[in-house]
Amino acid sequence: MNDRTHSTAPLEWHPGGPSRVPYRTYVDPAVHAIELERFFNHDHWAYVCLSCEIPNAGDFKRTSVGERQVIAVRDTDGTVSVLENHCAHRGAQFCQKDHGNATELVCPYHQWSYDLKGNLQGVPFLRGVKSDGRINGGMPGDFRKSDHGLTRLKVEEWNGVVFGAFDTSVEPLRDYLGPEITPWYERIFDGRALTLLGYNRQRIPGNWKLMQENIKDPYHPGLLHTWFVTFGLWRADQKSSLVMDAHGRHAVMISSKNEGGKGDVTQGVTSFKENMTLKDTRVLDVVPEAWWKGPTVTMLTLFPSVIIQQQVNSLSTRHIVPVGPDAFDFHWTHFGYADDSPEMTRRRLRQANLFGPAGYVSADDGEVIEMQQAGFRQHPDYQTVSELGGRDIGSVDHNVSETLIRGMYGYYRKVMGV
Amino acid sequence: MNASANNLPSRLDPFLRAEVEDLYARYSACVDSGHYEAWPGFFTEACTYKVIPRENHERGLPLATLAFESRAMLEDRVYGITQTLFHQPYYQRHSVSGILITEVTSSGIAVEANYLVIRTRSKALSEVFNTGRYIDRVVREDGSLRFAEKCCVFDSEMIPNSIIYPI
Repeated sequence: MNDRTHSTAPLEWHPGGPSRVPYRTYVDPAVHAIELERFFNHDHWAYVCLSCEIPNAGDFKRTSVGERQVIAVRDTDGTVSVLENHCAHRGAQFCQKDHGNATELVCPYHQWSYDLKGNLQGVPFLRGVKSDGRINGGMPGDFRKSDHGLTRLKVEEWNGVVFGAFDTSVEPLRDYLGPEITPWYERIFDGRALTLLGYNRQRIPGNWKLMQENIKDPYHPGLLHTWFVTFGLWRADQKSSLVMDAHGRHAVMISSKNEGGKGDVTQGVTSFKENMTLKDTRVLDVVPEAWWKGPTVTMLTLFPSVIIQQQVNSLSTRHIVPVGPDAFDFHWTHFGYADDSPEMTRRRLRQANLFGPAGYVSADDGEVIEMQQAGFRQHPDYQTVSELGGRDIGSVDHNVSETLIRGMYGYYRKVMGV
Repeated sequence: MNASANNLPSRLDPFLRAEVEDLYARYSACVDSGHYEAWPGFFTEACTYKVIPRENHERGLPLATLAFESRAMLEDRVYGITQTLFHQPYYQRHSVSGILITEVTSSGIAVEANYLVIRTRSKALSEVFNTGRYIDRVVREDGSLRFAEKCCVFDSEMIPNSIIYPI
């Protein structure tokens, strides 16, 4: 531990704008505590799960909003409740299964039981225990079960994805995404039924914000990721655009693949491999789908908790769960559509070799984030510089810009009051 | 897992067992040595190789962390490991135990074994990296045993950042 990360000096933010971020923003536990409070525990929508993970009445899934564990459960009326996983009695994190089906939720400690909306149902010895003609114990006369339900989040289920927010006064989810982001969300989640393909989970020893930044950064993919630049999946000479919402907090990186190969953007790029060919090309067996309507890549960063990936035929949600300032858990949920042919499902699964903790592309990202965190820890008073494409903030029609990172920190500074 | 005594061959050829154990010992030595170019040679041309979370495996979810369907895909992975995947280098050390031959049929030898992989990065403490069970099918090809299927089902709920080298 470096004592400087616990310094009480105010953060030195560059007066010029959000293009410079103090390293301490990523390592200071006090900053982290405020971030959890303002971004995850209040009026921001957070990703919870896909609807297809809990399709039937009683189906539940244990997951997290920020650093708080929650249970997403579907009731017999078809609605989803998201309930915080601690008993209203003595605080036990009573649900110890990752998924399952239940008719009620019961804490094993004193058998307090809740219905699937989190209302307290049963309290043993509520009216005491009769013994030798008298009644021993029992809860006080003014004890009301209705005062002791589980913490219940505000929930919206939108075209196959469940979101939750601790602050019930949060704006409607569609407004939260805004008119710039919504069409891109509805392009992937257009109401078609989804199929769950499976999970990948990794713990990345870096601050949670770095993963949002990584997917708001179109500068690195054509440089760090050999596969992207060599096979034309993402590179600086592509038809691209960078879109953000009015607050600068959410974004979409949109691009169309080209044929790859040599060009201006590969000059001096050591990761470009002119002679690289695959011995088995099925991993890159890309087949365009009608719903793409053009772009081959759309990467949505919904602040603060999730990334939604369309990389050619591979689809996933990537859920960010902070673990203190120095790490986050990154949960990948790959999915397809219920009407996919078996060939399309196989294609999505093959292309998944590019992504996740061992993927040809994504493994690099976790590694560089870990290296960033190490750099921040060794010199917390230093600052990052994200000035590709200038210092201003706004949507652009190319991918040679760090505008989306600046947009996020413009918003961050407003909410954090820094 | 087919580990019940009923599925075991009544009399297991000790030479076959020795040969299978030798295959696993040579495999571990290869993937721990850093000579990844020799790794695909342990597989048949039409092999399958998977590294899959136990969670997906047991729930019948098809997604794997890595899923290759030919020796050629393994050769592409070796190129990825050695030429394209940026990563912090590390040593890995496999410990394979409880090698269990569960079935011997005309389509091959079904083998299961526990594995534990320890990762050691530069100037860092050694740490448990990945642990699980191999569920494999081994066949004889040109006189030697090779993997026709290798499925690494890992218990490790969270991958410590990334998996680069072969398990």
